[in-house]
Amino acid sequence: MTSPLIRRATESMLSRARWHPLEIIFWAGAFAAIWLLPTRHLILTEIAWLALFALSLDFLVGYAGIISLGHAAFFGVGAYAAALLAKHELINEPVLALFAAGLVAMALGFVTSFLVLRGSDLTRIMVSLGVALILRELANQFGWLTGGADGLQGVTMQPILGTFRFDMFGHNGYAYCLVVLFVLFLVARQIANSPFGLSLVAIKNNPLRAAAIGIPVDRRLIVIYSIAAFYAGIAGGLLAQTTSFASLDVFSFDRSADLLLVLIIGGVGYLYGGLIGAILFKVMQDYLSVLTPQYWPFWIGALLVAMVLIGRDRITGWTTPFRKLAAKLDWRAARRDAAAAEDRR
Amino acid sequence: MLTILFDGVAYGMLLFVLACGLSVTLGLMNLINLAHGAFAMAGGYTTVVLVNSFGVPFFLSLPLAFLVAAVIGLVMERAVYVHVYRKPHLEQVLLTIGLVFMAVAGTDYVMGTSQVFANTPEVLHGQFQFFGVGIGRYRLLIIVVCGVLAIGLQYILTRTRFGSRLRAAVDDQRVAQGLGINVNGIFALTFAFGSGLAGLGGALGTEILGLDPTFPLKYMIYFLIVVTVGGTSSITGPFVASLLLGISDVAGKYYVPKLGAFVIYTIIIVVLIWRPQGLFSRASAK
Amino acid sequence: MTLALETIGLVKQFGGLTATNDVSLKVEAGARHALIGPNGAGKTTLINLLSGVLKPTSGRILLEGDDITGLPQHTRVHRGMVRTFQINQLFGDLTPLETVGLAVSERNGDGMDWWRMAGSKPSLLEEIASVLERFKLADVMNERTAILPYGKQRLLEIAVAIAAKPRVLLLDEPAAGVPEGERHEILASIAALPKDVTVLLIEHDMDIVFSFAEKISVLVNGGLFVEGLPGDVAKDPRVKAVYLGEEVHGQ
Ligand SMILES: Nc1ncnc2c1ncn2[C@@H]1O[C@H](COP(=O)(O)OP(=O)(O)OP(=O)(O)O)[C@@H](O)[C@H]1O
Ligand SMILES: [Mg+2]
Repeated sequence: MTSPLIRRATESMLSRARWHPLEIIFWAGAFAAIWLLPTRHLILTEIAWLALFALSLDFLVGYAGIISLGHAAFFGVGAYAAALLAKHELINEPVLALFAAGLVAMALGFVTSFLVLRGSDLTRIMVSLGVALILRELANQFGWLTGGADGLQGVTMQPILGTFRFDMFGHNGYAYCLVVLFVLFLVARQIANSPFGLSLVAIKNNPLRAAAIGIPVDRRLIVIYSIAAFYAGIAGGLLAQTTSFASLDVFSFDRSADLLLVLIIGGVGYLYGGLIGAILFKVMQDYLSVLTPQYWPFWIGALLVAMVLIGRDRITGWTTPFRKLAAKLDWRAARRDAAAAEDRR
Repeated sequence: MLTILFDGVAYGMLLFVLACGLSVTLGLMNLINLAHGAFAMAGGYTTVVLVNSFGVPFFLSLPLAFLVAAVIGLVMERAVYVHVYRKPHLEQVLLTIGLVFMAVAGTDYVMGTSQVFANTPEVLHGQFQFFGVGIGRYRLLIIVVCGVLAIGLQYILTRTRFGSRLRAAVDDQRVAQGLGINVNGIFALTFAFGSGLAGLGGALGTEILGLDPTFPLKYMIYFLIVVTVGGTSSITGPFVASLLLGISDVAGKYYVPKLGAFVIYTIIIVVLIWRPQGLFSRASAK
Repeated sequence: MTLALETIGLVKQFGGLTATNDVSLKVEAGARHALIGPNGAGKTTLINLLSGVLKPTSGRILLEGDDITGLPQHTRVHRGMVRTFQINQLFGDLTPLETVGLAVSERNGDGMDWWRMAGSKPSLLEEIASVLERFKLADVMNERTAILPYGKQRLLEIAVAIAAKPRVLLLDEPAAGVPEGERHEILASIAALPKDVTVLLIEHDMDIVFSFAEKISVLVNGGLFVEGLPGDVAKDPRVKAVYLGEEVHGQ
């Protein structure tokens, strides 16, 4: 028995997860850049790992509603892990090493999640900030392992999958980062559209009610926190692998704070926010920091203040025309509406 | 040993004066203000400039530092903070981080990057022995000033009309409004006063904490610790939390210099596991 | 008769205030049991204790004979006890379809399923659709919950609980704030619940209470005051005194 209502409900549920034409264009463009923009591969590489990093923060801020001021902790652990694995030739193949770096960050995320879960937004901010500070201090103190304040030098990367070398123009580096980003994005997309992803939004909206329909709130948050840490660790690992270097600066507060800005520029809670934000942020940084290298943080600050005061909606509202256009382009949505109209008759 | 305790107490009391404004604004307006340290920095630089460039006596510069920070606080409250009281915490965090960055880079531009000190008068230099305990004169000043302030604050909050109105507003804004209490006015006054205290703390602290444009970033975590551990329901909580933090930080850095920074974090983690809502939270519902 | 739900000497104190005072309540399986009492009597607090939002100061709670006093909220739901809220507690960013879908899939144990897309199990969709239909939510199922009219939100508030297929249902003033003209929809949906679902209903509207309840408990100042059949409770002078006293007080 399939009534029109069930058909419509199925259609609406599944349509969330369908590929939108604009998404396809977006990724086609990103991959085309491998061949079309060979001179920009270094900055594109930075955009790629920053996008992944921001995507991981979106899991927390946009889906689970956890404010983190220390997301750099996981990024940094991933970076050091990847660099150390390569330097000491523990895992020579970069893809495997990257995965291992992600797992290390994930383990840290799992352990610290228990602290972050407790208490209010303020406690979460304090703990996340504190964890990043502690790690930075650890990396500083254990100089014999990490190179201390000088950073971890003398890392040589082996070819990816044993074939593709990291060249100095970043050609293979970009392709590598982009493929990693794309694969992890696919996973993220799947997560966001799954019952699990839905339960995260529910928790963010109303944890009291979430628990009252049988969602184990704490357990879900621990899981997503660990996943976000894994993603951040991979992003950090990509940085270390493409630059053959890791330094204390991977843990810095500025990195965590900038990341929030990246995410906010692009928009919170729809996966592409981090990606679009990373592009805009890097392009902006490219121009502004040439003008005023030393006072670049001032403009970051001013932008944050402006976005809050003018209203995030109005600033990120610039995406509205795109969304409208997207709705028009989406022939499936149109077909769905037609089907709905038919049902009503 | 006792000297370390003494130094720790001085440090802790300084932290209390720096952070208590934050605790009150959080409790009162549910505002997460990460830019609190910027007001302290404003006070610190006021004293440095007044004393070093204009020859204003150090002791006179302290109330002026309070005043300058309070006025800046008042202006900022009316112009900026009012807009985010009812917004989600995420927006408050974004706004106040933005303010921190602007304050840091702006101060850097105006005052330069290097660390600065105020020329303190001769009386405050050196130590004297008291029953075998080495007592730093400057630290004694801090303890006296901050101690008087703490007692004064406790008095204001528990014994005066303003205090009872403030507590009413903290408990329930709508009810307070209904009783004819001007909640907005109380917000502004409290914010300004808290900023002023931070400014005074910043002025007193130049000697101990060091003052450079990154001050608000460097001490952000300390303020957050005081507030999360101490809670917002009274000022006793932040006071005890500050002392705990001050003493353990000083002792940690003295006894295990290599791991000094970790001592306080370890304590925080233990406290959070033991009492997730802070040491002194109200008998909470959960 | 078997007991669906039982409390033994339940006490809850907020500082000096005793909001629940030594409550020993028995709710029989399949019962239509109403809990009434003046404002501030502690009815919602009792529901919060039963559902695990609050931890009791002392006393025990038994669900179908098992002690659930220390269990977290979600485990109680998995054991078949679900509640609604006096003040709507909904997911503003989700649609009614997603909300009900979530409740159904959580009950089905799919909550950790991150690889399959939401809404790809036909059997669940049948159930989701039938809940939406029963609660007159089908026409707004794709709207954001936050922008729904209050009456629809109130229906959704109850629909979410029903979607979790409770064996014991705790309803905290389901008709609160709903205008007279729309109440019948909510009443009808409650009346249509299967007979084997145990219902504990809190309600101020006496017409609803007396048309629904087979047994009534009266809560005053946190303690159980009177218990009995509707007819007896209605005639009880002490109950009248409490309610009249309150009304005089209120004017
Ligand atoms: N979290 C809490 N902290 C402190 N006091 C509380 C809390 N929750 C409830 N109370 C108090 O407990 C008493 C009982 O409140 P409760 O909400 O249970 O009453 P109720 O019977 O549901 O009233 P109503 O008919 O108005 O819904 C009230 O005096 C209330 O102020
Ligand atoms: Mg109630």
